[in-house]
Amino acid sequence: MSKRIDAIDFNVYYSKFLAVEGVNISIEPKSVTAFIGPSGCGKTTFLRTLNRMHEVIPGARVEGKLLLDGDDIYAPGVDPVSVRSTIGMVFQRPNPFPTMSIRENVLAGIRLNGQRISKGDADTIVEKSLRGANLWNEVKDRLEKPGSGLSGGQQQRLCIARTIAVEPDVILMDEPCSALDPISTLAIEDLINEMKDQYTVVIVTHNMQQAARVSDKTAFFNIAGTGKPGKLIEYAETSTIFSTPREKATEDYVSGRFG
Amino acid sequence: MTQVLQENRENIGKSKLIQGRKPRWTWIACLAGSLIVASAIMAVVGFNVAGWAVLTALFYVVSNYAVTRIMENGRKATDQLWTNLVVGAFLVALLPLISVVWTVLSIGLPGLLAPGFLASDMTGITGAVDQASVEDGTAILGGVKHALIGSLVMTLGATAISVPIGLLTSIYLVEYSRGGTFSRAITFFVDVMTGIPSIVAGLFAAGLMLTLVGPGDNVMGFTAVIALSVLMIPVVVRSTEEMLRVVPNELREASYALGVRKWRTILKVVIPTAISGIASGVTLAIARVIGETAPILVTAGVAVSTNWNLAKDWMMSLPVYIYRQMMFPTAPAAPDASEQRAWAAALVLIIIVMLLNLTARFIAKAFAPKKTGR
Ligand SMILES: Nc1ncnc2c1ncn2[C@@H]1O[C@H](COP(=O)(O)OP(=O)(O)OP(=O)(O)O)[C@@H](O)[C@H]1O
Ligand SMILES: [Mg+2]
Repeated sequence: MSKRIDAIDFNVYYSKFLAVEGVNISIEPKSVTAFIGPSGCGKTTFLRTLNRMHEVIPGARVEGKLLLDGDDIYAPGVDPVSVRSTIGMVFQRPNPFPTMSIRENVLAGIRLNGQRISKGDADTIVEKSLRGANLWNEVKDRLEKPGSGLSGGQQQRLCIARTIAVEPDVILMDEPCSALDPISTLAIEDLINEMKDQYTVVIVTHNMQQAARVSDKTAFFNIAGTGKPGKLIEYAETSTIFSTPREKATEDYVSGRFG
Repeated sequence: MTQVLQENRENIGKSKLIQGRKPRWTWIACLAGSLIVASAIMAVVGFNVAGWAVLTALFYVVSNYAVTRIMENGRKATDQLWTNLVVGAFLVALLPLISVVWTVLSIGLPGLLAPGFLASDMTGITGAVDQASVEDGTAILGGVKHALIGSLVMTLGATAISVPIGLLTSIYLVEYSRGGTFSRAITFFVDVMTGIPSIVAGLFAAGLMLTLVGPGDNVMGFTAVIALSVLMIPVVVRSTEEMLRVVPNELREASYALGVRKWRTILKVVIPTAISGIASGVTLAIARVIGETAPILVTAGVAVSTNWNLAKDWMMSLPVYIYRQMMFPTAPAAPDASEQRAWAAALVLIIIVMLLNLTARFIAKAFAPKKTGR
């Protein structure tokens, strides 16, 4: 399963501060979309609104519509918890649960929700998710060891495994490779390429090459100055963004002439 | 080339980096010198241990400073001086602890080892009995069983009340309140409660129970439990709140992002991550109230027989037992028996508190999030 996302005239606030303004974007199912843009332009902020993680912050709110396969996830009465179980998220910093073993970390989404599953099913899910995250071979002999004992890159892939274990329709990734070495980065990029067959993937990245390598479409966000809201400047096929962008700002940014 | 190597080899051991340093044994020499000088002065003015120790310390600090200043430089000497002062302050701080433990241990041990001290209460131990055993030199009868059981039951009761209330309050403060007036009021009153004198807590509990159940029914043990809870709740709230606040937000967000509800996140992610700190905080709070005397004296009162029932009759506790035995000896003509029992009870109390502290450490270790090296 995989779902499309449409944002319509979407504004994002931190209390009074308008952080992202007027976003209109359509993200296709079974595609990889990259968000690029300078620091502080609201990529993380916007990404977190896509699964209603934004409102966890006190005072944070949004305006406008955000449609998941046509249904507004911000409509009154929508349960943010069910939105989040449909739209998974991988954070910039790996954050495995320190009290849990590797195996428990993978099963966290199921166990924490109080679902009971047989040991056989659990084993299947653990292996499938860890294989999906390209981590199985490295950890299969130490599944009962604490998840925080892994290297940073392994931890990040563990977090990805944890996210795909609950079988979401959409996966959001906020700079998943920013703390990783080139080899782990490659592993995660391969993974993103494979995930495209099943999920809608949205990834924030500061790495142009990475955006070019993994994404089908790219969204460029920019900010006019400090204190001003971030805006979606251009959204198009990745090849277009990197070769013949419509906007001057986009061209400057992707060619490295920015600031 | 080989020449240089040769030279370097020869210079090993007389490194230029450690030139001009005083030898390692300087401090021993300083200490020995100070001891001798102090002893000499003491011999002149008349010996006493305290004066001798203080003089030795004084001479040591001064001589060490002077020697370092002469042999090295002013900066090193200042460093040495402050190191000595800090170590000295630490030793002074340690002194009361060692002294208390030593005194209680040496005086209380015979009483504790007396047969049946832990297994018998004071029923039937009258002044005549005590006087007889002191005069005949036989083993002193009577024990601490009722006080031990009273203390444990009452503290357990207070824990059973305070921990849920304290835990839920701190969960509300950390996880649910968004810094509004209500939560600030709670924090303020918790702080005020921390400062309540314990006798006031006792009087409050007594007054409360008097209005609730009237003077006819005597639910002494339970009244004491309430008094102790009043003292314990703020401590539990404070320490738990501290522990919940240090749980990284990232973990909460990771859990929410998996579609886990807030209360499940708190129950299964936040509390398990903080449990070691919470448990040791609670244990220390228990250790704190188990030694309370005043609030128990004005609520549970005194008793000579074992009472397990919180809802009926007077109840003894260890601190009150110690106080009573010291101030009002069973046999005023032969107070030795009571004193021995009081010291032994004090030893029991100290042992309990130390065990609680050890338990706290053990719990903190056992529950701490597992971290193996990267
Ligand atoms: N919790 C918050 N409260 C208030 N303002 C915030 C908060 N988080 C972010 N902001 C503000 O929102 C704006 C967008 O921040 P955001 O984190 O989305 O940027 P970003 O594009 O992800 O940057 P980076 O590339 O550095 O990660 C910034 O001006 C930032 O200061
Ligand atoms: Mg960001």
